[in-house]
Amino acid sequence: MAKGERGTTTRGTTTRGRTAASRRSGSTAGRPDPELIQLLTPEGDRIESVTGPDGVEYRVDFTDAEYREIYRDLVVVRKLDAEATALQRQGELGLWASLLGQEAAQVGSGRALRPQDMAFPTYREHGVLYCRGIDPIMPLGLFRGVDQGGWDPNEYKFNMYTIVIGAQTLHATGYAMGVTMDGKTGGDDSEAVIAYFGDGASSQGDVNEAFVWASVFNAPLVFFCQNNQYAISQPLERQTRIPLYQRASGFGFPGIRVDGNDVLASYAVTRAALDNARHGQGPTLIEAYTYRMGAHTTSDDPTRYRIASEVEAWQAKDPITRVRAFLERQKIADADFFAEVDEAARREAVHLRERVLSMPDPQPLSLFDHVYPGGSPELDEQRAEFGRYLESFEGSAH
Amino acid sequence: MATETLSMGKALNTGLRRALDDDPKVIIMGEDVGKLGGVFRITDGLQKDFGGDRVIDTPLAESGIIGTAVGLAIRGYRPVCEIQFDGFVYPAYDQIVSQVAKMHYRSRGKLALPIVIRIPFGGGIGAVEHHSESPEAYFAHTSGLKVVSCSSPQDAYTMIRQSIASDDPIVFLEPKRRYWEKGPVDTEADYPLHASRVVRPGTDATVLAYGPMVRTALDAATAAAEDGRELEVIDLRTLSPLDLAPVFDSVRRTGRCVVVHEAPSNVGLGAELAARITEKCFYSLEAPVLRVTGFDTPYPASRVEEDYLPDLDRVLDAVDRTFGW
Repeated sequence: MAKGERGTTTRGTTTRGRTAASRRSGSTAGRPDPELIQLLTPEGDRIESVTGPDGVEYRVDFTDAEYREIYRDLVVVRKLDAEATALQRQGELGLWASLLGQEAAQVGSGRALRPQDMAFPTYREHGVLYCRGIDPIMPLGLFRGVDQGGWDPNEYKFNMYTIVIGAQTLHATGYAMGVTMDGKTGGDDSEAVIAYFGDGASSQGDVNEAFVWASVFNAPLVFFCQNNQYAISQPLERQTRIPLYQRASGFGFPGIRVDGNDVLASYAVTRAALDNARHGQGPTLIEAYTYRMGAHTTSDDPTRYRIASEVEAWQAKDPITRVRAFLERQKIADADFFAEVDEAARREAVHLRERVLSMPDPQPLSLFDHVYPGGSPELDEQRAEFGRYLESFEGSAH
Repeated sequence: MATETLSMGKALNTGLRRALDDDPKVIIMGEDVGKLGGVFRITDGLQKDFGGDRVIDTPLAESGIIGTAVGLAIRGYRPVCEIQFDGFVYPAYDQIVSQVAKMHYRSRGKLALPIVIRIPFGGGIGAVEHHSESPEAYFAHTSGLKVVSCSSPQDAYTMIRQSIASDDPIVFLEPKRRYWEKGPVDTEADYPLHASRVVRPGTDATVLAYGPMVRTALDAATAAAEDGRELEVIDLRTLSPLDLAPVFDSVRRTGRCVVVHEAPSNVGLGAELAARITEKCFYSLEAPVLRVTGFDTPYPASRVEEDYLPDLDRVLDAVDRTFGW
C-alpha cells in the first residue's frame, strides 16, 4: 500500500445535520472533553470507533505494518524538528518554528491526504511536508535564509509556507473552487484541499472570509486548525469565547474537534472530512486540540507566559508515547523495532545536519531572479549596474 | 483593420469579452460583476454569455476576492478581479502586496500568478468619500506587481487584453471619469504593453501624465498652442515598470518638464519621475521638474474636488513657471 493510502475510514451515516452543539466554553488542559474525537487514549488504550456529534462513525483499520509506519513517522518528524532547533541554537538557522507536541495532528492529517489532494500550510507544517514526500531540508533553506522555500508546490501538492497569518486559507479556498470548476469533485478519485492554520489565525479576517467563501461556493476544502493553545504569548481565551470548531456552524458547515495528540483520530477525522469534500459535500472545520510544547519560534521564551504545571499536564498526553504504549501492549512492535526506528531517525537527523551545514549562500545577483515572469527592463538595468559594481572590486568573482 | 468608435467603458467590456473568448482559463470575479454588470457596467452581459463559473459574483470581501484569485491562479486559472472602487482596495492590500506580488519570487519561479486587478480610480465624478482615490503609488512601490493605466478607448481595449495574457500580476487602473469618452478602437492593434507613448509632439516643454490626466494634459497643450507654446505630452501608460526612454529623449529636447497626476504629491509617482529625470537629464534641464498634483489631503468632498484635481489652468501655470526660471 502506498504511503498516504493506508487504512480506511468508515464514512458511515454521514449527515450534514448536526446535533446541537454543547454550550461548554473553551476547554483547558487536563479537562476531558466529551466532544473530543479520540481513538487512542493518552495511556495507549485503543478505542475501536467513535461516533462524532456529527453522526459520523470514525475509525481506523490499520494493518500492523501501518501502525508501525505511522509510529516511525512521528519519531522521525520529532527528531528532525529537534535537530532543526539545535541547528538554530548553534547559529546555523536564523529561526525555527518547532512543531514539538503537534506531531500527531500533522502526521495524522498529512497521511490522511490522498496523493491528488493539495495542502496549504503555515510555516510550522514540517510534519505534513514530510508526509507529502518532500525532502525535509527544504524548509530549512527558508529558516537559514538561503531561499524562501525551494519545493515545487504543484509537484508535491504542498504549497509554500505562508508566514502572514491566515492568508493561505484564502488561497486554499480559491484552489478548491478551481477543483470544482475543473469538474474534479464527486468521485472517489476526486480531489480535495486542506488549509492549515492555528488558533491565533482564527481571529484573522482572511480566515473568516475563507469560511464564507468556502461555504457559499461549497468548496472541497478541509480547514485544519491546530489549536496549540497559544498565539505566541496569547492564550486561546484571547482569540475566542467558544470552542473554535463551533465557529463552523455560524458559517454553515460542520466543525469537529479531534484530539490533536492522537494520531489515529487525527487521521480518521481528516480522512472523513477530505472524502466528504471530494464527494461534493463541501467544507469542514477540524479543530485539532493540541499543545505546542516548545516556543512559538526560537525567538520567544514560553516561560514568560505559561506555567510549568500546564506543560506537564500536556506532557502526559504526548502523541508518541501513547502510540508506543499501544504497539507494545498489542505486541505489534518489539524492542528491536523501537531501537531501529530511533537509529533511523538519528541517521536522518545527522544527514540533515550535514546538508544544512553545506547549504551555500546564493549568489548576490540571484536576488534579481524571478521577480516577474515577464521580466522587467528596469530591473535588468539594476541587475547590470549592481553586477558592474561588484566587478569593480579587486579579485571579484562576479 | 477593424476600427470602431467605442467609449472607454465599452472598449474594456469588448476587451474582456474577447479575453474570455480566447482562453477558457480566464475568469472574471468581483462584487456585482455578474447580473448587474458591475457598478460601472464594465462587465455588462458577460455573465449572461459565459456563465456564472466564468464571471463570478463574489461575496462582499475584497481580501477574499484577491486571496481566492491566488488559489485559482495556482490551480491554472487567469483571474481578472474587479475591485469596485479605488478606496475599497485596502482590505485586499495585504493579499496584493504580500501574496500576489511575491509568490513568484518566493517560489523561485515555480509559481506564476497571472492575476489582473482592475480598479476604477481617481476622481471627477462627484462621488462620496472613498470613491475617488488614486492608490497607484502604493502598488508601484511593490516589487513583483506591474501597474498600468489606460487613458483612451484604444488603450483600454488593447491593454486589458495584454494584461490578461501576461503571466505577471498586474494592477490595472481605469480612469473612471473617462469611462464615457469615446474614441476609435482598432481591435487588431498590436503594440507593447509596457511602453510610454508620445500622444502629442511638441518642442517647448514636456508634460507627463497617465490615466485621467492625459486628457487634461492634452487640453492644456491645445490651449498653450494658442499662445504659441508647443507642449509635448507623454502618456506614461505603464507606472511600474516605468518606460522612461521616450521621456528622457523628450526632456533632452525640450529642457522643461511638468508631471501631472491626481494623487497627492508627497512620495507620489511625480517624485520618482522628477528624480529619475534629474539623474539622467540634468544638463539638459532649463528648470526643475515641476509637479501638478492633488494636494496632500484626503480626497475632499465632491463640491470642492474641482479645486483639488489638477486642471488645464494649473498645468499651464506650471508650464509658465518652468519658463520663468
